[in-house]
Amino acid sequence: MSHIIPSEAPRRRRGNGFWRKTWAVLIKEFIQLQRDRVSFGMIVMIPLMQLLLFGYAINTTPRNLPTAVLLQERSDVGRSILAALANTGYFRVTELPSTEAELDRLLASGKVLFGVEIPANFERSLRRGEVPSMLVIADATDPVAAGSALGALNRVVQTALVHDYAIPDAGAPAFEIRTHARYNPAGKTELNIVPGLVGTILTMTMLIFTALSVTREIERGTMENLLAMPITPIEIMLGKIFPYVVVGFVQAAMIIGVGILLFNVPVLGSLFVLAGLSTLFIATNLSIGYTFSTVAQNQLQAMQMSIMFFLPNILLSGFMFPFAGMPVWAQWVGEMLPLTHYLRIVRSIMLKGATLSDLHCDAAAMAGLMLVAMTIAVSRFRRTLD
Amino acid sequence: MSEVNAAPKNARPNVGDVVIDVQHLTKKFDGRAVVRDLSMQVKRGTIYGFLGPNGSGKTTTIRMLCGLLTPDEGTGTCLGYDIRTQTDKIKTQVGYMTQRFSLYQDLSVRENLEFIGRIYGLENPKAAARAAIKRLGLSGREQQLAGELSGGWKQRLALGACTLPSPQLLLLDEPTAGVDPKARREFWNEIHALAADGLTVLVSTHYMDEAERCHEIAYIAYGELLVHGTVEHVIAASHLTTYVVSAGAGVLNALSQDLTGKPGVDMVAPFGTSLHVSGRDAVALEAGIAPYRRRADLDWKKAEPSLEDVFIDLMSRAQDNFK
Ligand SMILES: Nc1ncnc2c1ncn2[C@@H]1O[C@H](COP(=O)(O)OP(=O)(O)O)[C@@H](O)[C@H]1O
Ligand SMILES: [Mg+2]
Repeated sequence: MSHIIPSEAPRRRRGNGFWRKTWAVLIKEFIQLQRDRVSFGMIVMIPLMQLLLFGYAINTTPRNLPTAVLLQERSDVGRSILAALANTGYFRVTELPSTEAELDRLLASGKVLFGVEIPANFERSLRRGEVPSMLVIADATDPVAAGSALGALNRVVQTALVHDYAIPDAGAPAFEIRTHARYNPAGKTELNIVPGLVGTILTMTMLIFTALSVTREIERGTMENLLAMPITPIEIMLGKIFPYVVVGFVQAAMIIGVGILLFNVPVLGSLFVLAGLSTLFIATNLSIGYTFSTVAQNQLQAMQMSIMFFLPNILLSGFMFPFAGMPVWAQWVGEMLPLTHYLRIVRSIMLKGATLSDLHCDAAAMAGLMLVAMTIAVSRFRRTLD
Repeated sequence: MSEVNAAPKNARPNVGDVVIDVQHLTKKFDGRAVVRDLSMQVKRGTIYGFLGPNGSGKTTTIRMLCGLLTPDEGTGTCLGYDIRTQTDKIKTQVGYMTQRFSLYQDLSVRENLEFIGRIYGLENPKAAARAAIKRLGLSGREQQLAGELSGGWKQRLALGACTLPSPQLLLLDEPTAGVDPKARREFWNEIHALAADGLTVLVSTHYMDEAERCHEIAYIAYGELLVHGTVEHVIAASHLTTYVVSAGAGVLNALSQDLTGKPGVDMVAPFGTSLHVSGRDAVALEAGIAPYRRRADLDWKKAEPSLEDVFIDLMSRAQDNFK
């Protein structure tokens, strides 16, 4: 008890010791960093993830874009043209609608980026040397994605008929491709980016709001009091999420309002549906942030998890780079992210005038993600201090 | 209030005589037993003092009682509810004041109280908070942020918060640490008033004078409950013999070093201008101190051991066992 103070005082070094003290802090920081496993992991994970996603998943001149083909006649020439389309590497025929209405719906819902229509009597016209035309409709909400593919169409005309189908070679192109940029005919990138920003900004702010909510209670010591009270994890979760739904809603309204006023982004669809699905998106992100908060040990970890989650949201959702141009694995990852679905929703409603029935798949996916996050959060929530 | 009332098992918690009844509680953290084989009973309306050095497992025990920790071994009931399976029920009837201030620092006094009132489902949380503010003498401070209150006011607020839903049992974990003597006195008057109304209070503390204000005390060291009972009982059960030596300031320090470790002398503790010299074996102690009793500059008096003497002795004995 009485030997706390050493009988022989240790000697001190002389001088100001600037470097010695710096060294002392440096050692302390390293030890603390080492103790914080998650932070340590992030140091490795964040750059690696960025590098891999940028390197492998992102393609600014996307290929294999989903295309729907409406064949009004069945002919060898038609098939040959389709083969030539696929040969460009830009188009991948994924749907064969049988009516124009069906083709329109595929475009509106974002299932395909291109619609190709080969009219009836196409082959007969060719044989007569009449230079018939086929129609290629491009979903130009993302002008970057559509641009290079449309540029490759010229080649199709030249290569489609290299095999002789007894078509008179008049020297001039045998047929013509009419292209039609739908939804964003002027190819304005801001029309694509502003709706995308709505989702991106909401993702970041919503995640941060809730990601800190449980860890903050733990760090400030208020969790012990909260847990000693008769309250269930679900009540705590909903109580923590609801206020931010309102905050997020105001934020979304603000961004969309500014987009309309300053960037002249249209809202072709229903504002009501947009508001409803935006609320769902906000709640989904809040739930995910809350889940991080229940898993993380401290606020720093919760922040890092949010950033880890935010990165793929930016890179793989179709916000920065065309979704359809990503490799399949990256698209699968993208489907797990709420922003991917919300981008489709917000772009479709604003630029294409899509309705709820066009978007029910994406809405259901977001709701599903929200429920999964909430389930994890409630089951991970520690009701005791064990 | 609630007199003898032989209650059947799992009866409603407000009948029954024993409010806390736990057997053989053990809690381990990372394989290390922090509380070992702890059994205790606390009767309704008593103020039960929980004493022990830092890290002896007081907080851990209190947390097990209110369902914040699950015991690794042992069973028990709190207010008639099982501490393993019925923690939801326990939480509605227990007021727990944590060792570290754990109300919301960024909420005002009134907002904190209203929050608690709402969680416990009080009919009119605003009115309840207003009444509590008045009762606690916090009028004029109700708009102040809890984090900005001084230590004594924080403690008052915390006590007000845990009594707000009118619980049956109060668990107070070192409620007076860092609080000035006047505030401590007021606090204890409050506790006695609450107990007189039938509330049961389990309070952990380091202060010996506070231990003496409890109806019953228990001493815990290294996770084991070493002794319990009334203060008189605990002192008597220690079988300590104590002498108080008075002398000038310079002399005592040297004497203390001389006596420490002498056969028969188990403990030497300075108390201001005097020294408490105690031993478990009266005969051996007499023999050990005999040479010093003859010194003219020392004034020896046989005395009743203080509670502190008893506890320090208990702790050193426990330490010996533990090693
Ligand atoms: N959550 C925990 N994890 C690991 N060890 C703990 C935990 N809580 C308490 N301990 C350890 O258990 C012992 C008893 O702690 P505690 O019950 O707080 O003692 P007291 O309240 O009597 O000071 C201490 O050694 C402490 O370090
Ligand atoms: Mg403690």
